[in-house]
Amino acid sequence: MSEQILIIGGRVVDQAGERRADVRVTDGRVAEVAETIEPVDADEVLDASECVVSPGFVDLHTHLREPGREEAETIETGSRAAARGGYTCVVAMPNTDPTQDSVSVVEFVRRQGEAAGLCDVRPSGSITIGRAGEQLSPLGELAAVGVHLFTDDGDGVQDPLLMRRALEYAADLGVVLAQHCEVKRLTEGAVMHEGRCCSTFGLPGWPSIAEELMVYRDIELVRLTGAPVHILHLSTARSVDLVRAAKAEGLAVTAEATPHHISLTDELLVGYSALYKVNPPLRTLPDVTAVRAGLADGTIDAIATDHAPHAPETKEQPLDQAPPGMLGLETALGVSLAHLDMPLADVVAALSWKPAEIAGVADLHGRPVAPGEPANLTVFDPTAEWEVVPARLASKSRNTPFIGIPLRGKVRHTVLNGTATVLDGEAMR
Amino acid sequence: MRHFRSIDEVGTDGVTRLLDLADHMAEVNRRPNPKVPALRGKTVCNVFFEDSTRTRLSFETAAKRLSADIMNFGVSSSSVNKGESLRDTIETIAAMGVDAFVIRHGSSGVPWQVEQWTDAAVVNAGDGWHAHPTQALLDCYTIRTALHRTGGFDGLKIAIVGDVKHSRVARSDIRAFTLLGADVTLVAPRTLLPPTVDVPVTTDLDDVIGDVDVLYLLRMQRERMTESLVPSLREYTARFGLTPARAVALPEHALIMHPGPMNRGVEMAVDPGELPGAVITQQVTNGIAVRMAVLFELLGSGTELEDDE
Repeated sequence: MSEQILIIGGRVVDQAGERRADVRVTDGRVAEVAETIEPVDADEVLDASECVVSPGFVDLHTHLREPGREEAETIETGSRAAARGGYTCVVAMPNTDPTQDSVSVVEFVRRQGEAAGLCDVRPSGSITIGRAGEQLSPLGELAAVGVHLFTDDGDGVQDPLLMRRALEYAADLGVVLAQHCEVKRLTEGAVMHEGRCCSTFGLPGWPSIAEELMVYRDIELVRLTGAPVHILHLSTARSVDLVRAAKAEGLAVTAEATPHHISLTDELLVGYSALYKVNPPLRTLPDVTAVRAGLADGTIDAIATDHAPHAPETKEQPLDQAPPGMLGLETALGVSLAHLDMPLADVVAALSWKPAEIAGVADLHGRPVAPGEPANLTVFDPTAEWEVVPARLASKSRNTPFIGIPLRGKVRHTVLNGTATVLDGEAMR
Repeated sequence: MRHFRSIDEVGTDGVTRLLDLADHMAEVNRRPNPKVPALRGKTVCNVFFEDSTRTRLSFETAAKRLSADIMNFGVSSSSVNKGESLRDTIETIAAMGVDAFVIRHGSSGVPWQVEQWTDAAVVNAGDGWHAHPTQALLDCYTIRTALHRTGGFDGLKIAIVGDVKHSRVARSDIRAFTLLGADVTLVAPRTLLPPTVDVPVTTDLDDVIGDVDVLYLLRMQRERMTESLVPSLREYTARFGLTPARAVALPEHALIMHPGPMNRGVEMAVDPGELPGAVITQQVTNGIAVRMAVLFELLGSGTELEDDE
C-alpha cells in the first residue's frame, strides 16, 4: 500500500464548508489541499469525481458481538462493514459476553480492532457490572485506559439512585454516560411500538412513554449533577421535544438517532418479519418526522447505526422470541441521504465530526480536511442510487430490512490513518 | 384462496363464500354417514405448539369427514423439546408430503413465517393474541343460522365482553362481524383493551345488555389479576360477568356465545344450560362445518360433495 495517496476530482465537505479540491495524503496525514494537484509517480490516485471528500464517519453505536457472539459478527467482519460504510472509527457497545466492564475485556476488544486494521475500534464500557444495573463498573480504571463512553446499552440503568451515583462519580473523569432509555417495567414482553398497529397485529406494545420517562429522568439528573448524558437511539417525537428543551436550557445533553428511525415505521411489521424488530421499536410516521426534524435543527447531534448483527436462525424464531436489532454500518449513509431533507454538510456533520466529539475521538477523527490533520477520510458519491445485495455485505450477518429498497449515497473509498481501507467500494483486507 | 390465516386475508366475499360452503358441510354432517370423499388423498397436519383440545379435535374431525388423512404434531411429544427450530420442524414435516398445515402457536405471526418455509396451505388455528379466523367463521355461522341472517349482519348489535386485549378470538370476531355489517360494541375496562380500537367501547354492561342481539363473553384468565389488570375476579364478575340479573335483562331473542373453555362463576355466573339463548354447544358443532369448508376451499379440486361409497 502506497504511503502517498492523491484523491482527485472531488468536493471537500467539512467544518469549513464545501469546496472543489484535490487532497494529497502523506504519512498518515493530509499534506495538501488545493483546487488542482498534479499527480506524481509516488501517488496512489483515488478517483473522487462526482464524490464528496469528507472527514471519516464515526459511529457512536456499533455492536461488534465479539467476544461472545462470534457467529453473528466478529470485530474483524464488523470493522470491514464499518469501513465499507465509510467509517474510520466505531464505538463498540459493551453488551458482549463477557461484558466490557473490566480493563482486560476492553483491552481485548481494542487489540482485536487493531489487528483487523480496518477501523479505529473504541470499546465503550458498561456503567454497571455485567450491565446488571446493580453495581458500578470500575469507571475510573476504564477511563484511565481510554474508555470515553459508558453505557449499559441493551438495557437502561433502571435504578434512579444508581444512575445518579454513576453521574456524580463520573463527573470529573471527563467521560460521558450514554443511556438506552427504556423503563423496563413498561415494556415487559414488548415486541413492537404500542399503537394502532400492535393493536391490530396482536403484539405486545412498547409504549413511547417508556422511553420518554427515562429521557426526562436523565435530563433532570444532568441538571442535578452537571455530568453529561448522551441519549442513545432517540425514537419518539416527545423525546425529541424533551432533548430540544434541555439543550435550550444549556444542559449537557447530546443525542443520536438511527438510520432506521428516520426511515421505517411500525406498519412494516405487518408480515411479522423479525427483520423489523428492533429496540427501541420502529415508531409511527409522526415520530419519524419529528426525529428527522430533530436532526435538521441540531437537537439530535448524530446519526448512529445501532448496528446489531444476528445470526439468521435467531431471526427466524417467532417474533416475540427473536432478538431485536438490525445491521446498519453499510447502509447508514445511503439511508440517511435517501430520507433526510437536510444540507449535505449537516448530514456529514451528523455522521462525522459531531459524533467524534461525543465519542471523545475528535483529536483523530472528524477533523477538517486540511494540511497537517490526521488522514481519516471518507469519499462517497452522494447521488449514487443502489440496493443492498445481502450476499455482498461484509457483515457476518444478513439481518437488514433495507433489501430491495432504493438507497442514495454510496461510499467509494475510505482512508484510515492515511491508508485506503476501502477502494472503489471494496475492502482492502 | 391459498391460505387462511386471518379474516382480512379472505375479506367479506371470502367469509360469505365460506359460510355458504359451510351450509353444505352442515348438510353432510347431518347425514347418517357424515363423510364425503372430497379430499381423499390429501394430507392435513395439525401442528399445535399450544395445548388445545377443542380446536385440534374439530380440525381432525373436519378433515376426516372430507376423507383427508390427518397427522397430529403436538409440542409435548416432539423434537421441539430437543431444541429443533420452528423452521426445521416445519420443513421436516413438509418433506413428508403435506397439503395443509393447521397451525396453533402462542406467538402472533407464526403462520406468516411458516408460509415462507413450505408450499403447503397454511391454516391459522390461533396465533398469540392475534387471530383465530376459524373461530370467527364458526361464530358468524352460528349467528347466521340461529338468527336467520343469511344476507349479512346489517344492523345486528353484538357486544363482546371481557379481555379483548389478549384475545385472538376477539380480534378475529371484531373483523368478521364488522365486515358482515354488524354494530360491534366492546365492553371492558381500559386495562383489558388493546391500545387502540376501531369500534365503540363501554364499561357499562348494564347500559347495553337490554339492546343486544348477541352477547359474546370472552374467557377471563385468572392470571390477569396478578398483572393488575383487574382488582379481583369477584369485581370482574360484578362489573362484566353474566349474572342472573343480567340474564333477565337480555332481550328474549338474544344469543349468548362463548369461545370456551368457560370459567363458570367468573364471566359465566349463570348456568348456560338454563339460558334459552345460549348457543355455546352449537358453536362447537358448527366449528366442524366451517373447518370442513376451509379445508375444502383450500385443498378441494372442484369435486362434488358426494356420499362416500
